[in-house]
Amino acid sequence: MSTNLTVEVVSPEKRVWSGEAKMISARTLEGDIGVLPGHAPLLGVLVDGQVTIQVADGTSQEFKIHGGFISVSNNRVSILGESTD
Amino acid sequence: MGAQLRIYRRRMRSVKATKKITKAMELISASRILKAQQRVAASSPYANELTRAVTAVASFSSTNHPLTTPSESPRRAAVLIITADRGMAGAYSNAAIKEGDQLVTAIRERGLSTEAYLVGRKAVNYYRFRSRKISGSWTGFSDNPTYAHAKEISEALIAAFISDSITSDTGVDELHIVYTQFKSMISQEPEARRMLPLEVVESEAPAGLLPMYEFEPNPGEVLNSLLPRYVEARVFNAMLQSAASEHAARRRAMKSATDNADELIKSLTRLANAARQAEITQEISEIVGGADALASASAGSE
Repeated sequence: MSTNLTVEVVSPEKRVWSGEAKMISARTLEGDIGVLPGHAPLLGVLVDGQVTIQVADGTSQEFKIHGGFISVSNNRVSILGESTD
Repeated sequence: MGAQLRIYRRRMRSVKATKKITKAMELISASRILKAQQRVAASSPYANELTRAVTAVASFSSTNHPLTTPSESPRRAAVLIITADRGMAGAYSNAAIKEGDQLVTAIRERGLSTEAYLVGRKAVNYYRFRSRKISGSWTGFSDNPTYAHAKEISEALIAAFISDSITSDTGVDELHIVYTQFKSMISQEPEARRMLPLEVVESEAPAGLLPMYEFEPNPGEVLNSLLPRYVEARVFNAMLQSAASEHAARRRAMKSATDNADELIKSLTRLANAARQAEITQEISEIVGGADALASASAGSE
């Protein structure tokens, strides 16, 4: 099992960001969640707000997501947002 | 210069001016097809992820959602037709409108009434000219649709679908969409599809078992917010494909217009040359005839 998450941030118009990450934190309807490698498959509705990605190279990326979802399976994370920036 | 020659030259000038315009439009469309194709490609990761997610929820929960449940006694169907705002694209808009007409006939045969939702000025004009009822129309963005446009359209359609067709005049039980599928640069085909009630197609979903998902907050809630997005993404994809098809159709129409102008210029040039030659021949024979007459007149006087 790889030790990193493969992350994609996509909006309807384009793929916003993709790469390897160590951790992701986002806020779903039920509260903040953090996703680490090996996380159980998850499908969650995101509330409007920030998604933070700890990129594998040590930097961090932040996206403002509006009307989005997060889906996690087999260390693959997709963050879908109606608008992302 | 003779009158005939002047007329030919004038016609050539006007054909040449037209050719310049059609050539420019051809080049513009050619560059926009590429951009439109890239937009179709750029929207597919989102659509694929969404399809995957919808498939996952639909296969792991038995929650029924109004958007996936067919009505037991359908009364009314909405038809969304996507056409162009501008002409000069050959049969592009007409093909979509015709496909829409066929669909409407097929739906009426099943005993349902139809509501027309139109995108693009061409469809709106077609319906208005024939005094047909338009339930909703959107114009001004057919060649460059954004997600916001798709969202606006989807929201109106979903609202009509959710409201009851018996108690409300605008409520519909089915939603069909007619758009032009972009198959390749030279082939675009109008296509009719049923959008609602939804059948989740798994064409793009990867083969194999889907993992057991946890849902946050719960499957019903996830489905509630996923399905409208899914409809929006489908409408958006249809609009993007139609836009690409529109540019391709326009490029083709303008290319044949340019070719025709070339032909016309060629034949007009031939006619003008013949007219000029005839003029010269006539002038020569007039001069020769005049000289002859002078010569014979002076010979007779001596």
